[in-house]
Amino acid sequence: MSVAVPDGRTAGAIDDSIEADVAAGAGDPSVPIGDAGSEAARVVVSVPRVDDAPETQGIGWPHRHLLDLDVVTWPEIELVMRTTDAMKEVLARPIPKVPALRGRAVTILFYEASTRTRVSFEVAAKNLSADVVNIAAATSSVTKGESLIDTVRTVEALGADLLVIRHGTSGAPYLAAQHFGGGVLNGGDGWHAHPTQALLDLYTMRARLPGGSLAGRKVVILGDVMHSRVARSNIWALTAAGADLWLCGPSTLLRGFEAWAKAGATAGRTFTVTSDVADALRDADVVMALRIQQERMEGGLLPSLREYAARYGLTRARLANAKPDALVMHPGPMNEGVEIAPDVATMDRSVITDQVSNGVAVRMALLYLMAGVRTGAAKSGASVAFGPAGRNEAPA
Amino acid sequence: MNGRQIMTADEIRRATVRISHEIVEKQAGTDGLALVGIQRRGVPLARRIADAIAEHEGVRIPVGALDITFYRDDLSVIAQQPVVKGTDLPFDLNGRTVVLVDDVLYTGRTIRAAMDALVDFGRPQAIRLAVLVDRGHRELPIRADHVGKNVPTSREERVRVHLEELDGEDGVVIERAAPVAAAEPVA
Repeated sequence: MSVAVPDGRTAGAIDDSIEADVAAGAGDPSVPIGDAGSEAARVVVSVPRVDDAPETQGIGWPHRHLLDLDVVTWPEIELVMRTTDAMKEVLARPIPKVPALRGRAVTILFYEASTRTRVSFEVAAKNLSADVVNIAAATSSVTKGESLIDTVRTVEALGADLLVIRHGTSGAPYLAAQHFGGGVLNGGDGWHAHPTQALLDLYTMRARLPGGSLAGRKVVILGDVMHSRVARSNIWALTAAGADLWLCGPSTLLRGFEAWAKAGATAGRTFTVTSDVADALRDADVVMALRIQQERMEGGLLPSLREYAARYGLTRARLANAKPDALVMHPGPMNEGVEIAPDVATMDRSVITDQVSNGVAVRMALLYLMAGVRTGAAKSGASVAFGPAGRNEAPA
Repeated sequence: MNGRQIMTADEIRRATVRISHEIVEKQAGTDGLALVGIQRRGVPLARRIADAIAEHEGVRIPVGALDITFYRDDLSVIAQQPVVKGTDLPFDLNGRTVVLVDDVLYTGRTIRAAMDALVDFGRPQAIRLAVLVDRGHRELPIRADHVGKNVPTSREERVRVHLEELDGEDGVVIERAAPVAAAEPVA
């Protein structure tokens, strides 16, 4: 699969006037360009304004795989956010499709049920003109006993450049990454990580919070934290963004997080864990409810769903503790009446549908950035190794 | 600015004004005209041309910005994905005469990508091309309708356009290309 690129400038490189922009940064995404705003109908709504950016603040995307956000730096997250702005602009076009990934093959391999993540990845890849193959484990040779490793090798042999994988076992995408020649995107693994969800959550908050920054904002993740890969990836993203992060739920569903909170997500990045829902919601800027994941739950963690809803469900009464314009979020799928009241889910300040539509743009940005990494590594020799030692080394 | 200067600030200003007259003359007026600058340096150039037209015709024609990143034909061979700088076309392209504006015309691949990008937004009546510097070495059958200055160059040279809006000063210089490996910021 791998196509080694000879060193140096290729004959076909586009004019050097834009070659240079590879390293250029971007700036304030909200100001329109041009002075003809009143002319005719506006074709394009959202406009990343980039004229004023210094050209030397270049930052590239170095990660061959996206398995979790623990190894992604804040400047890299901001690069994803800026690239997502550009993808939002593409999505607002009359024809929301660009040829950036033409000829690239994206395989979506899901071992677990999913609607929004799978469809969102598929739409994102198609909007970039990639060729998309969908594999649902239930209808594949997995049912004949094929191992994950063999399936991944088969997918590669069939020509995939990027592999999006969801698996019920924590760590499965890491194993896949060791056997796949291209880039692997984690679409959710067990309780462990869901990095694209955390990035789209972050994008949605930045888009909706005045000032566009999470710094110092109180964000509460409420519910079944223990079984939540969304919560775990959000810990990395939100502490990197400087948010005042609170995790709240029954103590049985927070097991292990106190120790993590005490140690900090990583140096200097802390969060708070509590079972006191009133304390957690007080003056919150963002409240994210999590689904009670019955399919992952052992017995004895909760007396009953009714009792959970009564004590921890996100209701209007509880939300009154938060700031008056606090955002309401939910990664979906929702169990209305359990972790979130139906009238709260549809409130004006609920951004749950924004999360879904932003998901397409965020995944377009990630597919675009990751599609550039392999040749980059081949050309520049840059290391793509990351994470704790021994995990996902660069290809030989 | 390092390198050999081939255009001064005054020469850039005169070329921009001349191009603005040529554009209006070719269109026989300003009806249906629109300028679209190619990110990044085409954008301030397009605004300057629009300002010049406003000055001598008394009409403000719409200006857009086009980012061609997603339409490049070398995405699979360059080292790292280019940073996307945004597209803004605040007018309906259908039926208009769109003048693409860029700083340097070289291989023609940027313009090919720009035309592909443009037609995704509609069906212009005509697409024309205005550039500040034409340095030759075309790899595609593309030519500019309006040229500020024709400059013979070798492939080893690099033409850098500096514009006050982005670089703090106006001027065009030619220099020998830096070694390929250096990841230096260039225009």
